[in-house]
Amino acid sequence: MAKITFDGIEVEVEDGTTILQAARKIGGDVVPPAMCFYTPLKGSGGKCRVCLVKVTQGSARDPRPMPKLVASCITPVQDGMVVENTTNEDVLNARKGIVEMLLINHPLDCPICDQAGECDLQNLSYEHGVSATRYEEPRRTFNKIDLGPYIQLHMTRCILCYRCVYTADQITEKRVHGVLGRGDAAEIGTYIENVIDNDFSGNVIDVCPVGALTDKTWRFKNRVWFTKPLNAHRDCPTCSGKVTLWSRGDAVLRVTARKDEYAEVEEFICNTCRFDKKEVSDWTIEGPRNIDRGSVISANHYELPVINVPIVPNLPKSTVKKMPTE
Amino acid sequence: MGIKILTEHINVPGIETLEVYRKHGGYRSVEKALKTMTPDEVVEEVKTSGLRGRGGAGFPAGMKWSFLAKPEGIPRYLVCNADESEPGTFKDRVFMEKNPHALIEGMITSSYALGANTSYIYIRGELLFILRILEKAIAEAYAAGLLGKNILGSGYDLDLHVAPGGGAYICGEETALLESLEGKRGNPRNKPPFPAVKGLFQSPTVVNNVETIASVPWIVNNTGAEYAKIGVGRSTGTKLISASGNINRPGVYEIELGVPVEEFIYSDEYCGGIWKGKQLKAVVPGGSSVPILPADLIMKTAAGEQRLMTYESLSDGGFVSGSMLGSGAFIVFDEDQCIVRNTWNYARFYHHESCGQCSPCREGTGWMERVLHRIEHGHGHQQDIDLLVSVAKQIEGNTICPLGDAAAWPVASAIRHFREEFEWHIKHPQEAIAPGAVYRGQLAAATV
Repeated sequence: MAKITFDGIEVEVEDGTTILQAARKIGGDVVPPAMCFYTPLKGSGGKCRVCLVKVTQGSARDPRPMPKLVASCITPVQDGMVVENTTNEDVLNARKGIVEMLLINHPLDCPICDQAGECDLQNLSYEHGVSATRYEEPRRTFNKIDLGPYIQLHMTRCILCYRCVYTADQITEKRVHGVLGRGDAAEIGTYIENVIDNDFSGNVIDVCPVGALTDKTWRFKNRVWFTKPLNAHRDCPTCSGKVTLWSRGDAVLRVTARKDEYAEVEEFICNTCRFDKKEVSDWTIEGPRNIDRGSVISANHYELPVINVPIVPNLPKSTVKKMPTE
Repeated sequence: MGIKILTEHINVPGIETLEVYRKHGGYRSVEKALKTMTPDEVVEEVKTSGLRGRGGAGFPAGMKWSFLAKPEGIPRYLVCNADESEPGTFKDRVFMEKNPHALIEGMITSSYALGANTSYIYIRGELLFILRILEKAIAEAYAAGLLGKNILGSGYDLDLHVAPGGGAYICGEETALLESLEGKRGNPRNKPPFPAVKGLFQSPTVVNNVETIASVPWIVNNTGAEYAKIGVGRSTGTKLISASGNINRPGVYEIELGVPVEEFIYSDEYCGGIWKGKQLKAVVPGGSSVPILPADLIMKTAAGEQRLMTYESLSDGGFVSGSMLGSGAFIVFDEDQCIVRNTWNYARFYHHESCGQCSPCREGTGWMERVLHRIEHGHGHQQDIDLLVSVAKQIEGNTICPLGDAAAWPVASAIRHFREEFEWHIKHPQEAIAPGAVYRGQLAAATV
């Protein structure tokens, strides 16, 4: 076991745990954001750099601070480590800088993006972004790639987190897409036009932190915040069959895996459950799903009504929860 | 003339053949090491020598070797980084082309010291003709029993392979190089784990530059203590410098570390002064990624001491008034060179070569390039200068690998030392875009 101090809060975790996981054990506002790290996917993390933290004391044995900011999602804890996240100005400035980098080429087409309302980048930019851009040049564009009847790729929105690549590598039998090109011309693609076609291909939609990969069967049907999430299950021969249904009235508009507060799926689901079972009669409804995740747009919906919502920059995740409800 | 360790026989006709190379004392270190020394003794000699990594970072080679994890039953690897692609650097290329056996000798001795039975030379994709030269030399070494099973009857086995890259700059970063060598996309890995623990094929690996490895035979032959006598302070030994730019005699020079920069530029033994007797404007002393220094700061440190060609002296003053020795690519600019154009050129290179894995570098390098392009072509705004400084700061230190830093430093340092020139470009776009137009105000001020 290793004892670390994170933003002044002491927490004891297993050896080999990463700083990010230790922070998640504390929970709340101190948890660094993560855009590319995804617990169920081996090898993910370290790419987006928004989870950078300052290690002011390496360990009890070697108390020297680490010279650079480190990515908390891939750095293992040491006993006696002291980490600063929200209490360190350098970290907050660096994060602000990185969010700006992530946004300079992002189309900011949230009003027409299906991910809006549950988008990690949207939340991140509300919390750490700036209100104006300093980028004057044209934003980059890509040629359209068709990934088949179920998955819609919007490459302009992609932040190259590599999650979908790891997903295809680790939970499907054959990966047909990957990262092509280099630098800011790097893109997700299949090289030779190819359909992502296997029983679990739909999971790339769930792991995508932005609206780059969206569900074609749900495309433009509704906004996330108008739909009601319900836990449901069915007897599925391929997967666990435990899903979240997103419904409006009697219609099931979308089926996704169940995600925790860090948008990580509990169990990956198969394409039959995700794309083909869109009738209430297909499912055994367990009850409403409580969405723990704070998101800017969903704040009014998933939580009880909040009156006098403070102006946007002061709206970190958990303050909404703590506010008086009536 | 100082002592020549690497280039002593480089111009001997036929040195690329085993016969001539052996006639000039080649492969002595292999015999000495394998027959009379234990691997640890070789490592100890390299440690004593104070030899520092010649690829750019200048990390002590002996120290790096002693960090190598040695778990039972897992192979260890030595990888030679011959992916020399830093703009301005061409020393390894010349060295390997002329004297391939010297590198192979270093590989055998070093592999023996590290206990590696398979070693790789990862060579830049554009240098395919050198790959052929190396392969020919390796075949000769195999035939002579210097490679393969039971080398020289010592019971030590070594297989040496040459692997070409695809020509990506990022594959010179050691973990990206290992990924590429494994046949994957050349993305740098997250560290830790470091290659000394989990490197090539998840096994402990040492990655060293060509020049570092080629220095090992001399150290084994003449002892590390002798090597440590050459040079100044912690910068021991000799270093190959690729001198380029507006000088009379561009080329690769082997210097004893500690030669004054002024002597290096103006002495006829080395660069031979500025081309056409012009005035010196600036120098990039260690390859495109290190900070640029104006003429006055390259000759003397901020404290007024003479600047020497050593790791310490060139970095004296930190990044405020210093630079780095880097890979030893000495690029000289005369009064007719435009710093803005040059900075844009560097930024364009890093934009093109960023692997695109982590966000600050992927987005930031392109952003800097576009802003610099705008300034150079007469569309800059006054706030662009501060924007560039800010973007460079946002990249620096926040990336997975040092490419982000390498992209940020030249831009930040050019603005630090030549801000007036950037301002002139923005204020006088019409004059600035004229062919051959150069801002001379700062230069005149410096001379007065």
